[in-house]
Amino acid sequence: MSSPILSVSNLERRYGDFIGCTDISFDVWPGEVVAIVGESGSGKTTLLNCISGRLERSSGSIRYNMRDGRFPDLADLSEAERRFLMRTDWGFVHQNPADGLRMRVSAGANVGERLMAIGDRHYGEIRDTATEWLGRVEIAGDRIDDKPVAFSGGMRQRLQIARNLVTRPRLIFMDEPTGGLDVSVQARVLDLLRGLVSDLGLAVVIVTHDLAVARLLSQRMIVMKSGRIVETGLTDRVLDDPHHPYTQLLVASILES
Amino acid sequence: MTLPEYNFAYLDEQTKRMIRRAILKGIAIPGYQVPFASREMPMPYGWGTGGVQVTAAILGPDDVLKVIDQGADDTTNAVSIRAFFAKTANVATTTKTADATVIQTRHRIPEAPLSAGQVIVYQVPIPEPLRFLEPRETETRVMHGLEEYGLIHVKLYEDIAQHGHIATTYAYPVKVEDRYVMDPSPIPKFDNPKMNGSPALQLFGAGREKRIYALPPFTNVVSLDFEDHPFEVQKFKQPCALCNATGVYLDEVVTDDRGGRMYVCSDTDHCETRREEGHHGAGLPISGAQTAKEDAA
Ligand SMILES: Nc1ncnc2c1ncn2[C@@H]1O[C@H](COP(=O)(O)OP(=O)(O)O)[C@@H](O)[C@H]1O
Ligand SMILES: [Mg+2]
Ligand SMILES: [Zn+2]
Repeated sequence: MSSPILSVSNLERRYGDFIGCTDISFDVWPGEVVAIVGESGSGKTTLLNCISGRLERSSGSIRYNMRDGRFPDLADLSEAERRFLMRTDWGFVHQNPADGLRMRVSAGANVGERLMAIGDRHYGEIRDTATEWLGRVEIAGDRIDDKPVAFSGGMRQRLQIARNLVTRPRLIFMDEPTGGLDVSVQARVLDLLRGLVSDLGLAVVIVTHDLAVARLLSQRMIVMKSGRIVETGLTDRVLDDPHHPYTQLLVASILES
Repeated sequence: MTLPEYNFAYLDEQTKRMIRRAILKGIAIPGYQVPFASREMPMPYGWGTGGVQVTAAILGPDDVLKVIDQGADDTTNAVSIRAFFAKTANVATTTKTADATVIQTRHRIPEAPLSAGQVIVYQVPIPEPLRFLEPRETETRVMHGLEEYGLIHVKLYEDIAQHGHIATTYAYPVKVEDRYVMDPSPIPKFDNPKMNGSPALQLFGAGREKRIYALPPFTNVVSLDFEDHPFEVQKFKQPCALCNATGVYLDEVVTDDRGGRMYVCSDTDHCETRREEGHHGAGLPISGAQTAKEDAA
C-alpha cells in the first residue's frame, strides 16, 4: 500500500557530550499531522531541525519519500536536491515570522519568492498567485505591496504560512507557530492552519509545548522528555488516557490551569 | 642610469602574476567572481582600486590607455588614474576610444563600439548581485554554486510592485552564458546590451571586496527581466544638445541659475568626435548664424 512520507530511525543529535535528542524513531504518513510536545528544553526544536535538514544529525537515518518514488536518506541527496526540496516540496514555519520572511520586501514578493525560485518569469501570473494565497490566509489583496514590517504579528504569521504553501508542498514543519502570538490571535491562526492542512492534504510535523494546539491540529502525538520519546499515540488517546507518568503530569498541568 | 621609483605599473611582478591568474580564471569561467588578494593602492577605496590593480596587471609598455569616469575623460578620478599610469608605466594615454588598447572605466561603456584587441576594465564597488537581499557571503556563494537565482527576480518583482516598472537603472543584473548572474558595475542599463557579444575583453575589478570577474570576447550576456516586463534601455526624447547624436546616453546639464538645462552626451569623447565631424545640436551656439539648421542625423 502507501508508504510513509518521512521515516526517522534511531536519530541522535549531540551538542558535544550533551544529548539534544536520542533514540528517536517514527514515521509520518501523507496527509497526517504529527505533534511533538514536551516542556521547554526537551529537544523538540533539535529534533525538528534535524528531520527538516536544517541541522546536522549525529547518527541515525532520515528518509523522505520523493515525488519521483525514490525514498533516500536526506544525507544521500546532493545539496542542490536538498535545497530544492526545501523550497518546493517542503515548508518551514518559524515561531518568529521574521525568521521566515523577508521583512524588507513586500508581501507579494514574499509569497512569490518560491515561484521565482523555481523559474516563474511572468510578473502578472506571480502576482495573481500571490493575491490568491494572501486571500487564502485572510490577508486583504490591497496589502500585497505592503512590507511585513507594517503587519501585525498574526498577519505576519499568516503571510509566512502563505509563503510556504505557494509551491503546494507535501510536508510542512512548524516550530511553535502560534507561540509568539497573543492568545486572541492564536485561535484565528490555528483555525486557518487547520483548514489549510485539511484542504491541501498536507503532512505536518508541528512542535509545540501547548497541548491545546496539539489537540486542535494533530492526529498523532509524540511526547518528549530530556531528548527522548516517552510516549506516542493518537492525540486523543494520549491526552485522554496518558500512559507515561510524565505525560500524565503534562496533561494534569493543563487541566489545572 | 637611475632606477625607476616604482616597478612598471606600480605593482611588483609577483602581485601582477597573482592578479593575472585571477583574471585568467575569470576569463575561463565567465561571470564568476574570483577572489584575489587586493593590495593597498596609493588611492582610497572607492577610487577604483580594483580597476587600477587589474589595469596594472595587464598593461604593457606599448599599450595606449584611456580612463573615463561617468563617460568623461576629464574628471578628477579619470585624470588622476591616467596620470598615475602615465607616471608609473610611462604608457601613452588617449581620450579617443578607437585609439585605446586599454580603457578603464567607472559608470559607462563608450558609445563607439569596442573592437577586437581592446580591453575594458570596469571599476566595481559591489561585485555581488545577490547582496541586497542576502547579506551572508556563505549563502550567496552557495546560491551561485547551485545556480539559485530566484532572489534577483524578487528584487525585480519588487521594483515593478513599487514603481510599476523595473526601476533598476544602474548595476542592472545580467546572466552570463546562461550560467552566472553578474553585477555589471554601476553602468546605466543603457550600456548593458553593449556587453553582449562584445569583441573586446571585459574585466571587472572590485578592490575593497577583493573580487575579479571577466567576460571574454563574444560572451552571451542577457539582462534579466520578466516575460511581461521585458528589459528595456533608457530612451531619450531629444538628441544631444551639442552634437545632435541620438541613441546615446545623455546627461542632464544645468546651464544657468534660472533652471536652464540641456541634455548632452555623457561620453565626452564621442560628443567631441561628432562635433569635429561637423555635427551640431540645438543647444550649441553657432557663430555667425542666427537660425542654424539642425543636423538631421
Ligand atoms: N546549539 C546548541 N548547543 C548546545 N546545546 C543546545 C543547543 N541547542 C539546544 N541545546 C540544548 O539542547 C536541549 C534541547 O533544546 P531544544 O531542542 O531547543 O528544546 P525545545 O525546543 O524542546 O525547547 C536544551 O537543553 C538546550 O539547551
Ligand atoms: Mg524549541
Ligand atoms: Zn553629443
